Amino acid sequence: MSNNNYFSGIFFGVKSLLTGLGVTMKEFFTRKITEQYPENRKELKMFDRFRGRLVMPHNDKNEHKCIGCGLCQMACPNGSIKVTTESVELPDGKKKRQLVKYEYDLGCCMFCELCITACPQGAIEFCTDFENAVFDRTKLVQQLNLPGSHVAEKPVAPKPAAPAAEKPATEKPAAPAAEAPANTNPEKPAAV
Amino acid sequence: MFDFTKVTNWIDALLLSFLPGWAATLVECVLVALVIITLYAVFAIILIYMERKICAFFQCRLGPNRVGKWGSIQVLADVLKMLTKEIIDMKNVDRLLHKMAPFLVIVASMLTFACLPWNKGAGVIDFNIGIFFFLAAGSIGVVGILLAGWSSNNKYALIGAMRSGAQIISYEVSIGLVMLTMIVLTGTMSFSEICQQQADLGWNIFRGHIPAALAFIVYLIAGNAECNRGPFDMPEAESELTAGYHVEYSGMHFGFYYLAEYLNLFICAGIASTIFLGGWAPLHIWGLDGFNHVMDYIPGAVWMVGKTFFVVFLLMWIRWTFPRLRIDQLLALEWKYLMPLSLVLLVVMALCVSLGLTF
Ligand code: SF4
Ligand code: SF4
Repeated sequence: MSNNNYFSGIFFGVKSLLTGLGVTMKEFFTRKITEQYPENRKELKMFDRFRGRLVMPHNDKNEHKCIGCGLCQMACPNGSIKVTTESVELPDGKKKRQLVKYEYDLGCCMFCELCITACPQGAIEFCTDFENAVFDRTKLVQQLNLPGSHVAEKPVAPKPAAPAAEKPATEKPAAPAAEAPANTNPEKPAAV
Repeated sequence: MFDFTKVTNWIDALLLSFLPGWAATLVECVLVALVIITLYAVFAIILIYMERKICAFFQCRLGPNRVGKWGSIQVLADVLKMLTKEIIDMKNVDRLLHKMAPFLVIVASMLTFACLPWNKGAGVIDFNIGIFFFLAAGSIGVVGILLAGWSSNNKYALIGAMRSGAQIISYEVSIGLVMLTMIVLTGTMSFSEICQQQADLGWNIFRGHIPAALAFIVYLIAGNAECNRGPFDMPEAESELTAGYHVEYSGMHFGFYYLAEYLNLFICAGIASTIFLGGWAPLHIWGLDGFNHVMDYIPGAVWMVGKTFFVVFLLMWIRWTFPRLRIDQLLALEWKYLMPLSLVLLVVMALCVSLGLTF
């Protein structure tokens, strides 16, 4: 080690140490990120990418986008999803598969999002709701399609639903997941 | 400045009025000991709370805030927990040494604590070789740590203790040299005289300008290492040695180490403020008489504690900023950088003093 290295090393070291001290001092005065949970329950907002629990958004006509193809069920490594379908005959004589029951077991989901990636219709997504504790394991199995709901008709799906996107805020408590299909903002669906 | 000797003389006279000389001395000793122990405990609680809060703030957290307002009685709860915990007797430890080690550490810490000059005339241990005594008493602590490691019959504890021994003995060199540097400036080793001098002539860090400022930094680094605190907390190194030398201690025996760690921090800061920042001497700016007069009204104890907490804050800032050093880096820092620097500082300071370049 030459003398040159020795002294330049000292200066470099001191400089980097001072940088570190500067960073922590700045941190000392920044707003703290701690969430005081039970107290701030009202205003607490989870970040958008948080994976709380799987939901199937419905629009205000009680329509969802799931066509019952079962790809999500096959993609799920944990077997948390169970899609039950039936075949119905349309007025024009064609047969069509239709979703009857979409069961999702929160208890064995590992929040990998493979189901959402697999879905060709964008029918399911994660909401940011995190208060999922229940007293009974069976309550973790949820039916995601609302009673009486049916799949949205093709032309109706994306565009006319857009104005509906504003409305759901008013009817939130009554119809938890009743959000327009176009509205991908997973904001606070009420607990099931 | 208020002279605390008035109070002590009054108590002395009061006791002597109805007690024989030896009994009065005895009563005074007990009183002083009680005061010291109380202060020790109170400062420990304040420091632990402060450390938790400051650490949290540096990490962008809020820290304890559930027990009491702002979490203020969290530490009391912890003290109660510590006091009620069982002290577990290990099977294969060296009983005597194992039990003795925490007391050595705490005794050394209390002895050095008593060296601090709190106010004009309010130093407990104050005589002409005060700094020397401080260094000597402080070194008892490392014996306690080594004994703790040795007697625990545990590899982690032993490695921790050996690291601690190497570290403290090394950094003691720097501390000694830096203190010598300041003694060259002050010309005395007595804490009360050092403070008095700074009250009259200005703080040492200003009187000794560049060498004193550098010496202050060296002292902060070496002092931090002496206290076994991060980034020099090799002896504990939770992630690699579980807890180092006190891994086998539980309950209040562990509590003693914990206490001593924080008080050593306080003492280190206290000595730094005594030697460099004027101790109880108020801040005087040359030429601003009105300002100086106002400063004189603030009691010396407030100055002393305030400065000490300022230095404690600096040390905590360092601790929560830097990652832990490796043992070889640690020793290289001392022997290759700090010790040569403090030797140079000593020479420079001696030159400055002899050429009259100090204020
Ligand atoms: S997130 Fe993963 S585990 Fe959960 S339902 Fe979807 S595919 Fe299954
Ligand atoms: S959610 Fe998507 S992938 Fe799953 S069945 Fe419905 S359309 Fe198919």
